[in-house]
Amino acid sequence: MEEKNTAPMLEVKNLSIQFGGLRAVDGLNMTIHKGQLYGLIGPNGAGKTTVFNMLTGVYKPTSGSIILDGKNITGKPAISINRDGIARTFQNIRLFKNMSVLDNVKAGLHNHTNYTAIEGVLRLPRYFMEEKRVTAKAMELLKVFELEGEAEQLAANLPYGKQRKLEIARALATDPKLLLLDEPAAGMNPNETAELMQTIHFVRDSFDMTILLIEHDMKLVSGICEELTVLNFGQELAQGETSAVLNDPKVITAYLGE
Amino acid sequence: MMSFVSYLVNGISLGSIYALIALGYTMVYGIAKMLNFAHGDIIMVGGFTVFTAMSTAWCPVWLSVVIGIVVCTVLGVVIEKVAYKPLRNAPPLAVLITAIGVSYLLQNLALLIFGSAARNFTSVAAGAPPFLTVFDDGRAPQFFTAVPADAAKPILTISMETFLSITVSVVIMIALTLFINKTKAGKAMLAVSEDKGAAQLMGINVNGTISLTFAIGSALAAVASVLMCSSYPQISPYTGSMPGIKAFVAAVFGGIGSIPGAMIGGILLGVIEQLSKAYISSQLSDAIVFLVLIIVLVVRPTGILGKKINEKV
Repeated sequence: MEEKNTAPMLEVKNLSIQFGGLRAVDGLNMTIHKGQLYGLIGPNGAGKTTVFNMLTGVYKPTSGSIILDGKNITGKPAISINRDGIARTFQNIRLFKNMSVLDNVKAGLHNHTNYTAIEGVLRLPRYFMEEKRVTAKAMELLKVFELEGEAEQLAANLPYGKQRKLEIARALATDPKLLLLDEPAAGMNPNETAELMQTIHFVRDSFDMTILLIEHDMKLVSGICEELTVLNFGQELAQGETSAVLNDPKVITAYLGE
Repeated sequence: MMSFVSYLVNGISLGSIYALIALGYTMVYGIAKMLNFAHGDIIMVGGFTVFTAMSTAWCPVWLSVVIGIVVCTVLGVVIEKVAYKPLRNAPPLAVLITAIGVSYLLQNLALLIFGSAARNFTSVAAGAPPFLTVFDDGRAPQFFTAVPADAAKPILTISMETFLSITVSVVIMIALTLFINKTKAGKAMLAVSEDKGAAQLMGINVNGTISLTFAIGSALAAVASVLMCSSYPQISPYTGSMPGIKAFVAAVFGGIGSIPGAMIGGILLGVIEQLSKAYISSQLSDAIVFLVLIIVLVVRPTGILGKKINEKV
C-alpha cells in the first residue's frame, strides 16, 4: 500500500489562468498521490473552483500543465478529460433533476454502455444485454450510497443530503481515477456532514479512489484530508500536512484577518 | 354524423402531420434552446426532393421517399453545424435571426431552382383504393376496395393518404418515445437538454447529441412533407412556411420542449382547424387556430404539458 502511495495521480505545475486583467489562479503547484485524500481550501473568491474548472477542461489554463497519471491533459476538452479519468461534483448541485435517480447514474455510465444508436432503435439483443448490465451496475452504485430505494424517483425530489450523495454516485459511474468534490458539505447539518465524512472515506477505500476536495467546513477538512493546499487571491499560501497547515499563522490570518 | 366523423378523421390526419413537424421544433428547442424557424422550410426541401426524384422515370416511390429523408437529415445537420453551432454562446436573439435568415435562404434557393409556380405533387399512394368506404344502403363497410363507378355515392370515405398519415405518425411517435426514454442516446439527449455543462463533464458528447437531435427532427420533417404533399398534392417554395408556423404553434400549444406536448398540440390543432373549416368558416379557420393559441397561452402560459416554472424570490 505504501509503495503505491508514492506514485503521483495528479501533478499540477505552475498552473495559471487570466481573465482579462485578473489573474484568477497564479502559478499553482500541487502533487496528489494515488489513494490520497487531498483538500483545496481558501477564503471565498480565492480561485478554488477555477482550479477545478481547469482540471476538468471547462477552462483552458493560460499557462502551466496538468498531468493525470503520467498523461498530459492540459487544455483538453472536458469530454476527453472525463474519459481520461477525472470526474467531479458541483458546488451548487447540478443533477439532471427531471430524470430518475437511476437514469442520473446511467448518464454517468454513458461511455461504458456499449451499443450503438441503431442497435437501440432496432432493439437488437445487445441493446437488452447492455441495458441490463448497466442498470445492474447503476443499482450497485446506488446501493453503496443507500439510494437503491429511491431509484425510480425524480432526482429533484430527493432531500438535499441524498442529492449530494447521488452526485457522487453519478461521478463515480464514469469510472474516474481522480474524483473532485466541490464543497460536498455545503448546506449540510452536522449530522449529515459526519455521515458524509464516512461516505468519502468509504469511497476512497472501496473504490481505491484518489480524491481532491474543496471545502469550507474545517471539521470535515481536518477530519479527513491528509494534505492541504491553501489558496488566497489565486496564489498558494501554504501547503503540506493538514494539521501543520491549519496551524500556520499565515493561514489563520487569511481566514480570520489580522 | 358521418360528415362529422369524416372531418374529425381528416383533422386527426392533418394534426398528426403537424405533430411530426412540431416534434422537430420541440426537440431542437429542448436541446439547443433555440427556435429553428428554418424547420418549416426543411419540409419544403423534402417535398421538392421527393417530387424531383419521383419525376425521374427510374426512381420508385419508396426510394424517392428514402432519398427525401436522407437529404433532409443531412441538410438539418449541416445547417446546425454551419449556421447555429458558431452561435452556441451568442445571445438567443442572434440565433433566432440566423434561423430566419436560413429560412429565407432555403426559400429563395428553391425559387431560383423551381420557380414560384406551384407544381402538382403525385401522391405516394396515387391509384390506391380508399382505406375505408361506408355506404348507407346496408352494404358492409369496405376496406381497401375501389368504389365501382356505378355504385351509389358513399356517405364516408377515408382516403389512403389520410390513413397513411395517421398510421405513419403514430408509429413514429411511439418509436421516438421509446428511443428517447429507453436508449442511452435518448437519455443523453435528456441530460444535455437539462444541463449541457454537467452532461459534458459526465463524458456525454454534447455536439454529437445536438447533431443527432437536428438529424431526427429533419428526418421527421421529411416524412411529414411526403404525407402533407400527398394529402394536399401541391408544392411550391412557400409550401413549408404555413405548416411550419402552425407546427410551431402546436409545439407552444402543447408546451415547448415537451415531446408528448408536441404530439397532443399537433393533433388538437389539426382537429380544431378542420372542424372550424367545416362548421364555422374555411376562411377564418387559420384565425381561429391562432385565437385558440392565444387563449391557451393566457390561461396556461407554458402550454398544455409545459412545466410550470416557479419564480424564486
